[in-house]
Amino acid sequence: MNNLIPPSAIFIVGALLVPVIKGRLKSAYMLLLPVVAFITLLKMPEGKYWMVHVLDYDLVFGRVDKLSMVFGYIFTIITFIGILFALKVDDDLQHTSALIYAGSAVGVTFSGDFFSLYIFWELMAIASTFLILARRTKASQDAAFRYILVHVFGGLCLLAGIIIYIQNTGTTEFSYIGLGGIGSCFIFIGIALNAAIPPLHPWLQDAYPEATVTGAVFMSALTTKSAVYLMARTFPGTELLIYFGALMTAIPIFYAVLENDIRRVLAYSLINQVGFMMCGIGIGTQLAINGTVSHAFCHILYKALLFMSTGSVLHMTGKIRCTDLGGLHRTMPLTCLFCMIGAASISAFPLFSGFVSKSMIVSAASHEKLVAVWLILQFASAGVFHHAGIKVPFFTFFGHDSGIRTKEPPLNMLLAMGIAAFLCIAIAIVPGPLYHILPYPVDYVPYTGAHVVGQLQLLMFGALAFCLLILSGYYPAEMRAINLDTDWFYRKGGRLFSMVMDRVLNGLNALFERVFATAIPAWLGQLSRTPVSSLVAVYMRATGKDRIAIEEFKRETAPEATSLMPMGMPVFLGLFFVFSLFVVFALV
Amino acid sequence: MEWRKQVNMKRELKIFDKPENVKRFLGFFYASLVVLLIVDFFIHKHAVFPWEEAPDFFAVYGFVSCVALIFIAKLLRLFIKRHENYYE
Repeated sequence: MNNLIPPSAIFIVGALLVPVIKGRLKSAYMLLLPVVAFITLLKMPEGKYWMVHVLDYDLVFGRVDKLSMVFGYIFTIITFIGILFALKVDDDLQHTSALIYAGSAVGVTFSGDFFSLYIFWELMAIASTFLILARRTKASQDAAFRYILVHVFGGLCLLAGIIIYIQNTGTTEFSYIGLGGIGSCFIFIGIALNAAIPPLHPWLQDAYPEATVTGAVFMSALTTKSAVYLMARTFPGTELLIYFGALMTAIPIFYAVLENDIRRVLAYSLINQVGFMMCGIGIGTQLAINGTVSHAFCHILYKALLFMSTGSVLHMTGKIRCTDLGGLHRTMPLTCLFCMIGAASISAFPLFSGFVSKSMIVSAASHEKLVAVWLILQFASAGVFHHAGIKVPFFTFFGHDSGIRTKEPPLNMLLAMGIAAFLCIAIAIVPGPLYHILPYPVDYVPYTGAHVVGQLQLLMFGALAFCLLILSGYYPAEMRAINLDTDWFYRKGGRLFSMVMDRVLNGLNALFERVFATAIPAWLGQLSRTPVSSLVAVYMRATGKDRIAIEEFKRETAPEATSLMPMGMPVFLGLFFVFSLFVVFALV
Repeated sequence: MEWRKQVNMKRELKIFDKPENVKRFLGFFYASLVVLLIVDFFIHKHAVFPWEEAPDFFAVYGFVSCVALIFIAKLLRLFIKRHENYYE
């Protein structure tokens, strides 16, 4: 077992060779990496591997159990799909950082100790930043800068928590932590930031729409879901997560309805979907955890599919705003179909993947008699269909004819979308294999008459509301505008902070410069050159006399000191004093 | 053969350009809603909450929540909408 290379190392070391290889070989090589990693995963029985002993602590690079395996599988699958989608991109920076990013996410998943976890966690933040930078626009540079700052903050919270945790427990290995004590709170905040729990969420909707077409696919899959994994590992059954999760499903839908940028609509619906998972982790029963893990699995596929299909539109037309798009089903029918499969899956339509996973979380909420939470989750289910299920395909591919005539994206992109779309439907029709790899034994039947009809009613009558509101003109018009979110506090607040700091610190600086660098030295200089007349001037100013007897002191031509104080006299006095001290001590 | 050539040249899907097709689609949609409302009465329910057993509860809830969603969102827009270059 130990002679195998850890899957994260396959990606990270493999990524470094990407710039060296050229042409078709490079495409084959990049596609091969996730395949090799997947085969390695299949050969890993449960247990702990790749333990490295460093400075009194054990680093565990391979904690393999059912929970980490599910995430390992899906991260590897989505990396394959993402690489296939990005195959034609002629930019080694993107390929390398995407692979390192994927490797670090896999690394986080299998880390059994806090040291290796933290390293992979930070590596993930850095590598993903390059996927935003690689868009090479002013907006993306700014967004990337904010993204890395926010993640550095989150990483530092995690680090602070880790240090306190290690101090208290004496071990770097971790498993269930649970809220209690300051250390666990810091760890919780660090993970919550990556999971985009409000109010720590705005980095997601700020950065993802600015990432490259292909980079956004990786980002939608890895950062938040590795946080979901870690949250499920360390904080299952934390009641706080139920309420934050429920809020997280509801709040972003309002923004998604108003948002103009299609990929930002998807970013909001991503937060909404992770909200379901947080809620499931908070409930913490076996059904809820199974629901969370399976929902993460399905979510990665359909969210990537949605980002790929809308990314294809951006790639082919250069446009991504609702106000600029419309009617693209005429020229991109396949992309449109894939987008609608993704939309149906995220909306949890029967026979699409969200249906077999999300319903487990909702059922878990009802089993625990959480009335308000259940109502919010159902509201959010109807709402997600409304914006991600209808709005995204409708305003992109149908709606008014924007006049844009384009083509389908290249074959590799279509193929990548096809694989994801196939998996979305396959999982829904045959959920058995997915249920089989979940952390706990599954005793859940998604396809009951009541559930299918109830879900269909919820969705179809939500669609009816959309239909009637669009036809009657009550639907909020798409407009070129942005909507304030909690990033306002650091985007405007940061500016205010910098302005205040600028005024206060630079003001102090100028004051000290005036006093200590200009005024005092000048006065001292004056004093040393003309000590007597300077002191006389001070004396005159203090006493108010305008004339004084010794008028000749005012002459500044000749230095006064030499004439008034011969240098030899004080030296002689000094020496005399020292000598007399010596004599006194010698005699006594 | 004439039409096939045209389709190949333009490579465009035009089924929704015809108003009668859109009407047909909407008709199908409304019909499926009616079917869903009726089917609900013949389904065996194993509800946890009492209101889940109420006839067509999910239809009403889905419709009401989506209408509420839109109106609250419109209200929200009054407070949070800013110009596109607001942060520049």
